[in-house]
Amino acid sequence: MAASEEDVLRTEIRWSFVVFAATALILISILYAGLVHGINPPSNIETVDPKTLHLSGEFTEGNLGTRVEADGGVTVRVVTTQFAFVPQCVVVPTDRKVTLRFASPDVIHGVLVAGTNVNTMVIPGYVSQVHTTFKTTGDLLTPCHEFCGLGHSQMWAIVRAVAPADFKPDAQGRAACDGR
Amino acid sequence: MTAARRLVLFHLWTAFAAFAAASVLGAWQMWMRSPLRPPFATPDNYFLSVTAHGTAMAYVLTTFFVMGFGYYVAETALGRPIPQPRLAWAGFWIALFGTLMAVLSILSGRASVLYTFYPPITATPFFYIGLVLVVVGSWIWVALMVLAMAQWKRAEPGKAVPLAMFATVANAIMWAWTTVGVAAELLFQIIPASLGLVQSIDVGMSRTLFSWTLHAIVYFWLFPAYIAFYTMAPEAAGGRLYSDTMGRLTFVLFLIYSLPVGMHHLFMDPEHSTGFKFLQMVLTAFVAAPTLLTVFTITASMEIAGRLAGGKGLFGWIGALPWHRPMVLATGLSFLMLFFGGGGGLVNMAYGMNAMVHNTSWVTAHFHLIFGGTVVTMYFAIAYAIWPTLTGRQAGRFRRQRLQLWLWFIGMMVTTLPWHWLGLRGQWRRVALFDYTNPAIAAWGPLVIVSFVGGLVMLASALLFVANLADKNAALIRDPVIRYARPYHEAHRIPASLNGFGLWNAVVAVLMLAAYGWPIAQFIVNPSPSAVVHRVDR
Ligand SMILES: [Cu+2]
Ligand SMILES: [Cu+2]
Repeated sequence: MAASEEDVLRTEIRWSFVVFAATALILISILYAGLVHGINPPSNIETVDPKTLHLSGEFTEGNLGTRVEADGGVTVRVVTTQFAFVPQCVVVPTDRKVTLRFASPDVIHGVLVAGTNVNTMVIPGYVSQVHTTFKTTGDLLTPCHEFCGLGHSQMWAIVRAVAPADFKPDAQGRAACDGR
Repeated sequence: MTAARRLVLFHLWTAFAAFAAASVLGAWQMWMRSPLRPPFATPDNYFLSVTAHGTAMAYVLTTFFVMGFGYYVAETALGRPIPQPRLAWAGFWIALFGTLMAVLSILSGRASVLYTFYPPITATPFFYIGLVLVVVGSWIWVALMVLAMAQWKRAEPGKAVPLAMFATVANAIMWAWTTVGVAAELLFQIIPASLGLVQSIDVGMSRTLFSWTLHAIVYFWLFPAYIAFYTMAPEAAGGRLYSDTMGRLTFVLFLIYSLPVGMHHLFMDPEHSTGFKFLQMVLTAFVAAPTLLTVFTITASMEIAGRLAGGKGLFGWIGALPWHRPMVLATGLSFLMLFFGGGGGLVNMAYGMNAMVHNTSWVTAHFHLIFGGTVVTMYFAIAYAIWPTLTGRQAGRFRRQRLQLWLWFIGMMVTTLPWHWLGLRGQWRRVALFDYTNPAIAAWGPLVIVSFVGGLVMLASALLFVANLADKNAALIRDPVIRYARPYHEAHRIPASLNGFGLWNAVVAVLMLAAYGWPIAQFIVNPSPSAVVHRVDR
């Protein structure tokens, strides 16, 4: 019980080193995940005017849904609006890089695809872009996760992940849930 | 008895009235989310209730409690009357008026925007103006805390400011910094939109300004709990504070690290770059330091108490602690919840892993466990500890106090452990009604019912707490006094940097400039397309 003032200080300093080491270890693992596995949050800072996005550009109605781009990449474009996803169902292949792009013409929304790392806010004024590779097939639960008004609870979509063999885009490279 | 007791009691009763009402709403909300449907189950009522619950718990309970406790500490720790009591009362009435304005706006159904606003959705201006008045009232408190410490230092030159007051002023200064973000968002963006002066809002800017406030406000709520850990728990346990210097350092670290980190609430937002998100994540990680230092220092202080009481061996001192004392019990339970809540927080903090849990019930579980658990438990303990010096009576019998604390702990754990699990399964937030006929979520039903039961246990605890405070048959206490824990070694030579805040204010300014300078300036340099205002009040 006879710890001197210096003892107390020395003990606290020793503990501070432990704290510092623990914090550093956590940061290093996050840095490792970010740099080596590319686990980074959506941060593309790409603007789009919410007032006109339905009139021209990539988020006009004809452009929405899944499309295989000229370079072979798969892109999904979805508009999140009070209180629906347009389109309500999108089809994606598993085991292949998919880019999801979201935009909102009205208020803030958010989207997550349950069981995957797809999770982003959709902020009017910006395009939210997420890259992922779907691992399991099935109809994945895709709700709006941010309060967007009284109808928020009814706002959800389906991401239909299918095996590469069942992913059959048409001549324009487009694929849809109703098999269009 | 305390000279400013009326002032303190008015603050605390306002805080706890809001708390009790919000507890009822919280339990009802859990009922509504479960497969059992309560009466009045409409989305309109649900979001009205969520707005009221959040506003009452996050703004009213906390602000009034922190202010009331601050006045109490200023008088009792400094041993002199608070300066300018009339001004303090003015602050109280302004904040109360603002509270009533906000509450009536919510009840009218014209402010169902939740307590975190979400522009371009816009409510009646009275809701926002009411909240601004609450903040204005708290700014008066900030000025009085700084003034009280300055006057004391002039009267006692060269002496160390008592730790409880040093911490209270650290919180006041941090709060002044904290409110800048939300005040700017309300005054320059939301209120003009709500008054119809502008028709659109830069949403990226508004989210960034709110994030400025969003983390530090949690530390504003948390400070009283830490003040109790350092200055009340060791005394209640019959021991000494292991290190007074570490206490000061902890409070200074809270002041500087809780501010430049708010962007961790925007990890999943598209309007900021990975670089700034990473920078603020690193700073967020450092916030763990003061908490871990506290866990160590308080555990060491408790060990001193346990050994003085005859505890032997490596862990024998734990059993020797006076667990029957509410303050000691509350500290133990609070630490347990901090352990679970802090662990969950590490996942939220990792900016990559955040994608697994962002806006799921995991987050709801995390902050209920940290704030509702760790912090509010200590609000209870503080109220019990200071009640005799405010009213001359004990706050109910000790047995009832302990029962109340245990019920709160059990209720909180039963509510939040299922939430963590559901969050990992993808259960998303702010949902009025889940469609349990959907096979994808049907399995969640039983777990949601379990957390509803936890909510009922918490509600019982909340009501028992108020009943304890109001107990007119409780024992009278003769000449009640509050004693703050003495340090193991008296702090005689304290460096000036740990006896004031001039230096630390400069550090905060530099860090805020680095962390938020460009993230805010970018919206002015390259304005983003703004979003049309969506009113919910007509
Ligand atoms: Cu929504
Ligand atoms: Cu935070």
